[in-house]
Formats: sequence, structure tokens, C-alpha cells
Amino acid sequence: MSSTFTDEVRGRLEVDAKEVIARYPRERSALLPLLHLVQAEEGYVTQAGIRFCAEQLGLTTAEVTAVATFYTMYKRRPTGEYHVGVCTNTLCAVMGGDEILAGLKEHLGVGNDEATEDGRVSVEHVECNAACDFAPVVMVNWEFFDNQTPESAKRLVDDLRLGEDVRPTRGPERLCTFKEASRLLAGFSDGRADEGTQAGEPSLQGLKLARERGWSAPEPGAAGAPSGDEGSAK
Amino acid sequence: MTALTPVLSANWDRPDSFTLQGYRDGGGYEALRTALTMEPDTIVDLVKASGLRGRGGAGFPTGMKWGFLPKDNPNPRYLVVNADESEPGTCKDVPLMLANPHALVEGVAISAYAIRSSQAFIYVRGEVLHVIRRLKRAVEEAREANLIGPDVLGTGFDLDVVVHAGAGAYICGEETALLDSLEGYRGQPRLKPPFPAVAGLYASPTVVNNVESIASVPGIVGNGAEWFTSMGTEKSAGFGFFSLSGHVRRPGQYEAPLGITLRELLDMAGGVREGHELKFWTPGGSSTPIFTDEHLDTPLDFESVGAAGSMLGTRALQIFDETTCVVRAVGRWIEFYAHESCGKCTPCREGNYWMVQVLDRLERGEGTEADLEKLLDICDNLLGRSFCALGDGAASPVMSSIKYFRQEYIDHVTRGGCPFDHRKSTVWGGTA
Repeated sequence: MSSTFTDEVRGRLEVDAKEVIARYPRERSALLPLLHLVQAEEGYVTQAGIRFCAEQLGLTTAEVTAVATFYTMYKRRPTGEYHVGVCTNTLCAVMGGDEILAGLKEHLGVGNDEATEDGRVSVEHVECNAACDFAPVVMVNWEFFDNQTPESAKRLVDDLRLGEDVRPTRGPERLCTFKEASRLLAGFSDGRADEGTQAGEPSLQGLKLARERGWSAPEPGAAGAPSGDEGSAK
Repeated sequence: MTALTPVLSANWDRPDSFTLQGYRDGGGYEALRTALTMEPDTIVDLVKASGLRGRGGAGFPTGMKWGFLPKDNPNPRYLVVNADESEPGTCKDVPLMLANPHALVEGVAISAYAIRSSQAFIYVRGEVLHVIRRLKRAVEEAREANLIGPDVLGTGFDLDVVVHAGAGAYICGEETALLDSLEGYRGQPRLKPPFPAVAGLYASPTVVNNVESIASVPGIVGNGAEWFTSMGTEKSAGFGFFSLSGHVRRPGQYEAPLGITLRELLDMAGGVREGHELKFWTPGGSSTPIFTDEHLDTPLDFESVGAAGSMLGTRALQIFDETTCVVRAVGRWIEFYAHESCGKCTPCREGNYWMVQVLDRLERGEGTEADLEKLLDICDNLLGRSFCALGDGAASPVMSSIKYFRQEYIDHVTRGGCPFDHRKSTVWGGTA
């Protein structure tokens, strides 16, 4: 990989970078989104990407490298087109995340944070992704695949390698690539916010129960107990 | 028995709950109209009177935080929403922003107006793409409808809102580390004081609030402080999400008045999974000392949980049954803290590194009883001696698990290995 972008890439990214930088009162705040932007170009943060960010913001490459290496989402070697993250923090690990991760590594013949030879899929263990009520959780390119099992996760990566349609549990109708995901993180919309469900089943458990039992928050002005026939919390 | 009080989740069963129309049909953005007719300071007083306390874990009174902004500082003021939800077990802000992002955007508009800020940032963790899409779309829709942007609803109030994606670092949930990250640096915490209210983003006066705190503001403005204090307890007013996960029949989000108990919540959630019993649980994420079945009736409010030796935190109720090995559970949490330690201070960086080694050899059955004292000694050097709350938090599961389950640690030593079959804890292994 060359240590600078070609003129074509550079010209295109400079337009994007200008837009990113303009969002912030101070230029340097654009560094994280710019790192996502260069990752969107090459699938990981290369020397060329670091140099580009440094030039756009008037920083040294050492300053940019210091930031890029601090955050786990910036990859220092090529990721698969589909980057699979298995949550192995305590809750998901206990619920089966450890078995899922072990199964995937064996199935694909890769180690942690490595990609398959065809470059389609990489796997790593991830930390808590704020979906504990859907455990065990698998992320692909940072979209939710809830309530996984070792078998469902193997089917998922097989489908990804075969180029089958894969749909996140709570996400858009079609999975985007790692590069497309990085571009979204840089702040460029893909127009797919309206796709997919508003809430998964666990998210609705409390609301569903409240509806069944006739519970609701108190009416404004009727200070006192929350309504519902089973009494108050106070 | 306590009743649930869906407020922020009240429209989540509408398929279009995340759209402007879906939010407006339930009265959305009416509170903003009300707020814009009020003096900003009156809104600050109203939020103070409501008793709203930070929903990000620490429980600091939101209105008081706003009141700390210096009156005489000529620099611009900033509102920064902490949407970096990453505390293990915590899973409330993500579904909230996915299903109802406009509640947050309306909260941002009202709160920014109240603190006289015309620039707000929503710092959202990067690992949740669809949440980022929904937030950005909500901000766009609100701008198109003149609910944010220049001259909001013709009142002369200007507000720019930027959705900023993080890049994977738990520490950025610490408010000053978040600010460093938002400024384009490594996310490391800053020495306090000065607090962000005095010198925050770009050394300007800044308010940093959690998603759920800010999203709770429209309800308070629209319905009044008394409405809010009619829920919850005297010192822990209002409602909040209680997120049940783990070995429970119906895990999920339960929006309830503060002060509800785990016994009540477990009953609503169908109890611990069939054929099993409660062993231990976290009241508010992995950084809050674990509880056991002794604490089923502890009211889940800031005071009661504190008095019982833990912290309410983020109301992240991770439920573990008797199949779970506490040494493995704690060991995994400490691996997380070691991975996420920013490296700035020695107690946290080194303490967590060494605790991983000790817990790992204990779980493998290669530890000794002296290792327990070693762990407690390391915790003693972490708790209150690390630079920020990350180090304090790491001590919580270790100290509390040794307190309640010392014998289980010793069993690992005497048996020369883990006495548990981890497969039985899994979703598919628990019914054997």
C-alpha cells in the first residue's frame, strides 16, 4: 500500500474532508470522522490515510497516529468486507458468546481479528454493545444480529461469504460493507434510516405489560399516583 | 405493587415511532413550544424543582449541573449529550435512540435553550450504525421543520446540532474524556476541577448530560415538576429505564418509577429462567457492586441502593443464575476494564492488568487463597486512588464478589479448577 493517496482519491476525499471539517467550531474535532473517512476508502487506516488526515488538519502524522491507535474501531490491518464482532463481555459470554466465537473461529479457520483468505469475513471479539437484553449478540459491520446461537452465527458467516442477502435483526434491509459503514460513521448519510424495525421484542416488554395491565404514567395535573389499578410506587 | 410508567417508551409500539410524524402524534415538540415562551432561567429552575438526577450512572442533579455555568464567561456555551453507552449491562439509550430519537432531539433543543447554548453535540458510540442513522435523520427532520437550526420557530433562538460518532473506547463515556475525544484527541479524562461547566469543550462552559436525562426534559417542561415528582421517591424522583438481561424469562426494557424493586421487576419479567434460581445481579452495570438474593427487596433508588452497599448506576440489571461461575464472570469484567483502561494513571493501568492475571489463574484452578488478599490489596490501590471512575468501577465486582462468594473462589483453589460447567449457563444449555 502506497504511503500517499493517488491524485484522484485525494481530490475526492478533500471535498468530503472539507464538509466534515465545516461541521465543527474547531478543525481538530474533525479528526475522528476523518479517520472513519479514510478507513472507508481502504478498509483500514493506512499510512496514506494518516498522512491525509494530518495534512487536512495541520497536524503531524505522529499526532494522528496517536489518536488512531487509541480507538479500537480504527483497524491497522485489512478487515473483511464483513467484519463480525462477537460480544464476549460477561453477560453475553455467559449466555453463549464464548461458544459462538470459538465456533466461528474454528468454522472459518481464522484467529481473533483475522480475515478469511477470500477477504470476505473477519472475526473479532467485541465488548458490550448495549444490547444485553438480546444476548448473545453478534455485530456485523456494527449492525445488530440479536439472540444468536453457534449454529445461526455459522449460517450467518456462510451467507456472507456466499454473497447471500443478509438482514440485521435491528437495522436496514440490507447489510452494508465495512467501507460503507465507515463512511456513515464519518457523517455521510446513506438514506436508510427509515428501514428496519423501530424496536426489537425485548425493547417492548415493559410497554406491552403496561398496556395489558392498564398502567401508564400519571396524567399531567393529576399529581399523585401513577395510574393503574394496582397502586402507586410512592 | 409498583406500576410501570412508560413515558419515553410510550410510542415504541408504533412502527414509525422514530419519525417526526410518529413523535408528533403523541404530542412531541409541544414542550419545545412551551419552553420557548419561558425565560431560560425559569426552565433551569423547573428542572431543579423536578429533582431530575443524571441517568448516566452518577445521579448528579441535572438542573444543578446547568446552574453551575458561570454567568460572566464570554465564551460560547456548549451542550454535549453523552450517547456513548458502553457500561457492561447498560442497554437503554441505544433502544431509546433507535425507537424514539426525536425525544432526545426535543430534549436537546429545550436544554440548549435553557442554558443559552446555540451549539449542541450528540456524541454517540460508533458501534451502533442504525442508531446513528436514526439520530442523523431525526436531526435532519427537526431542522427541516425549523425545530432546530437558525431562528427556531421564529423566536430568534439558533441551534446547530451535530451527531458525532465515536470510534470504540469505553473511557469516552467519562465526561471529560468524551470532551477530549470530541476535540480530536485520545479520550483520556481531565483533572477536575475545573469542571466542564467552567472549562469544558474548547475550554468553554459546557454541560454534558446523558441521553435519558436530556430525553426526560420535554416531559418535565410539558407536564410540570410535580408530575415528575409524583413518580419515584423523595430524593430519587421520576421514572427511568430498568434493563433486565441474562437469566430471566423476558429480558428487556421496563420503564418504571425509581424505587421499584428487583422482586417486582423479576415478577413482571416472568422470573428467573425456568428451573433455575437467582445467584447474583448488578443493580447498575458492571461498575456497581454485585447484589444477591438478599437484595431482592432493596428499593432501586439512589439512596437505598447506596445504603445496601452498591450504586444505582444505569439500572442495568444483569441477572445470573446458579449455573454461573462468579470467578469467570468477574474475570471477564476485569479483562474489559484492563482493555478499556486509557493508561493515563498507574493504579488503573497496572491494577487491572495484574487483576486479570490473578483472576485467570484462579479460574484455571492454579491460584492460592493468598490470591484473594492480593486482589483485595490491588482493589485498595484502585478504589479512590485512580484518576477517574473507571478504576473505581473495576474494584466493584472484585470486592463485592469476594464479599459474597469467598467460598466459591476458595473452591476453585481446593478443587484445582472451576467447579462449573459453563455450557449450562448458555441460552441453549440451561434446560438440560
